[in-house]
Amino acid sequence: MASMTDVKTTRIERRFADLKAQGRAGLVTFITAGDPDGDLSLQLLRALPAAGADVVELGMPFTDPMADGPAIQAAGLRALQSGMTLKRVLQMVRDFRQGDGKIPGDNDTPIVLMGYYNPIYSYGVATFLTDALAAGVDGLIVVDLPPEEDAELCLPALKAGLNFIRLATPTTDDKRLPAVLKNTSGFVYYVSIAGITGTRSAADADIAAAVARLKRHTGLPLAVGFGIKTADQAAAVAKAADAAVVGSALIQRIADNLDANGRPKAGLVEAVLSLVRDLAAGVRRGRA
Amino acid sequence: MSVTSSSQLMNSYRTGPDERGRFGLFGGRFVAETLMPLILDLEKAYRDARNDPAFAAEMASFRQHYIGRPSPLYFAERLTEHFGGAKVYFKREELNHTGSHKVNNCLGQILLAKRMGKTRIIAETGAGQHGVATATLCARFGLPCTIYMGATDIERQKPNVFRMRLLGAEVIPVHSGTATLKDAMNDALRDWVSNVENTFYIIGTVAGPHPYPAMVRDFQSVIGTETREQIMELEGRLPDSLVACIGGGSNAMGLFHPFLDDPSVAIYGVEAGGDGVETGRHAASLTGGRPGVLHGNRTYLLQDDDGQIKDAHSISAGLDYPGIGPEHAWLHDMKRVKYVSATDQETLDAFQLCSALEGIIPALEPAHALAYVSKLAPTLPRDHLLVMCLSGRGDKDIFAVAERLGTKL
Repeated sequence: MASMTDVKTTRIERRFADLKAQGRAGLVTFITAGDPDGDLSLQLLRALPAAGADVVELGMPFTDPMADGPAIQAAGLRALQSGMTLKRVLQMVRDFRQGDGKIPGDNDTPIVLMGYYNPIYSYGVATFLTDALAAGVDGLIVVDLPPEEDAELCLPALKAGLNFIRLATPTTDDKRLPAVLKNTSGFVYYVSIAGITGTRSAADADIAAAVARLKRHTGLPLAVGFGIKTADQAAAVAKAADAAVVGSALIQRIADNLDANGRPKAGLVEAVLSLVRDLAAGVRRGRA
Repeated sequence: MSVTSSSQLMNSYRTGPDERGRFGLFGGRFVAETLMPLILDLEKAYRDARNDPAFAAEMASFRQHYIGRPSPLYFAERLTEHFGGAKVYFKREELNHTGSHKVNNCLGQILLAKRMGKTRIIAETGAGQHGVATATLCARFGLPCTIYMGATDIERQKPNVFRMRLLGAEVIPVHSGTATLKDAMNDALRDWVSNVENTFYIIGTVAGPHPYPAMVRDFQSVIGTETREQIMELEGRLPDSLVACIGGGSNAMGLFHPFLDDPSVAIYGVEAGGDGVETGRHAASLTGGRPGVLHGNRTYLLQDDDGQIKDAHSISAGLDYPGIGPEHAWLHDMKRVKYVSATDQETLDAFQLCSALEGIIPALEPAHALAYVSKLAPTLPRDHLLVMCLSGRGDKDIFAVAERLGTKL
């Protein structure tokens, strides 16, 4: 296990150490880069930490997101239609870190890029890792790269100094868990249902049991996601896990604030942030 | 059988994939963690079944009595005269029960599903041939069946949609993405992730995560194995060339695989050229794409500079897919198989020619293969033996063809 005093800790490791010191669980928020467009998406990204996001997952849009439900699929298509590319996702992270004169940069909030392998493979793995590090990315979650394909991106990413966050699922049994955890760093993302994003929710008891099972195998922080939509659900997850991940509910809030022609209504950003604040309050009262 | 030395094995094109499911750079297991344990289970179950004589015997019996195998190897005499070159044979997969080669694979997978104790079947379909074959076998074995089909394809393949429903399948229209075959595959994968306990996913082509490309190839290899025996009986020697159409590439891989290590056999795979590869509106992944990762495997894909998947275009819904099986991608790079394309227009011409001269209405998919044969055969000598896989019958396509020809039905 990485020591907390290790000088080479990443933003993710430092953030989870802080949360532990505060005695509370964290809120991990997911938005798709470029949804509904590049400008609003960057505004939203910049405002997430102040609204209570402890870690930000930034979705890299892909045409064929096989593990995602309708909400995140639609977000990806909106982002692609607005002209988002992987290059521009990295630029967004750079802008978030640097600020723009009026808005200060954020050098503390961890950013995890989440998506599918093909855009990264197309970009070129080595170039992507260099550019992602330079932009201020801290970790990667790549849905379609199981441990069997670690040589593709996971091992090069770890070597480059990025965290590689793996998904563990209800189908990952005790025999398989060590293989899944072996090259995982930063935190472990427990997918609480066998299913796609934004659909069913797991029962609280199942989550608690799963967290206990994973904790027997790893000292890494555990974030739990899939199906968390409300502050109460977030609070329940925060009782057992080190963080709650919310994605589809935020994306749905964006979709609810588009007009009939798909154009953003005034107040879209504030509507999403207000949900983030609710969820953050939920997470904070989880262990109170 | 000849004794194979280790040096010959090293030079074999028939030993793939490796234990990681790779054909060289291609193939692999690029799936979400939720599916990974299922794919490992499937791999093990398939390995056990393949070594079980009882499984082989059950397959053989259903092939003979239910599918109607062996399918004939037919000398297309009138087309041969018309082309004035190579002697053209058709491997008549369109005579199989359900009207295409798809049933060969479905039979194997459904017997495997039963062996694994799975109680629910899902599948994706483009033209509907794989959906019909899957629904047919689900009816025969009494298993509930859900077929994902792009809303666009449902519109252009209504007869097959009705067939599937008659057979008791639930056909779910897929509206996500571009509402075609690739999106149907996305939604089938989403279903599988959500129903891991009881569901078996019957992939219809030699693509997807390992072990699907190898397993589907093995089930389809009956095409090439029979062809080998039949041509030896008819002509006393191996064919000089093989031609088959390719979307994902299962009928082609089934025909080609038993011949890959025979250097005297030239092999041609025909992709769907749509309006012409130069127009960008086509489904020719090898000719017009580059390597990428989609649907569980690395292969050649139609994609933009950012790695986003592009729409495929073809008159044939069954070839309208932006990827191709990983073993084809490898055989392309190894230059063992020559991959070419035929346009929609060339295909329509071949469709009509075959109907008029041989009394066989081919599906639009193998009409692509025939379109290439019509260019290749005239350049070859009279004693050249050419076998083309006639992978399906064209009843399902008459509406689309009539529309293209401006005929009102």
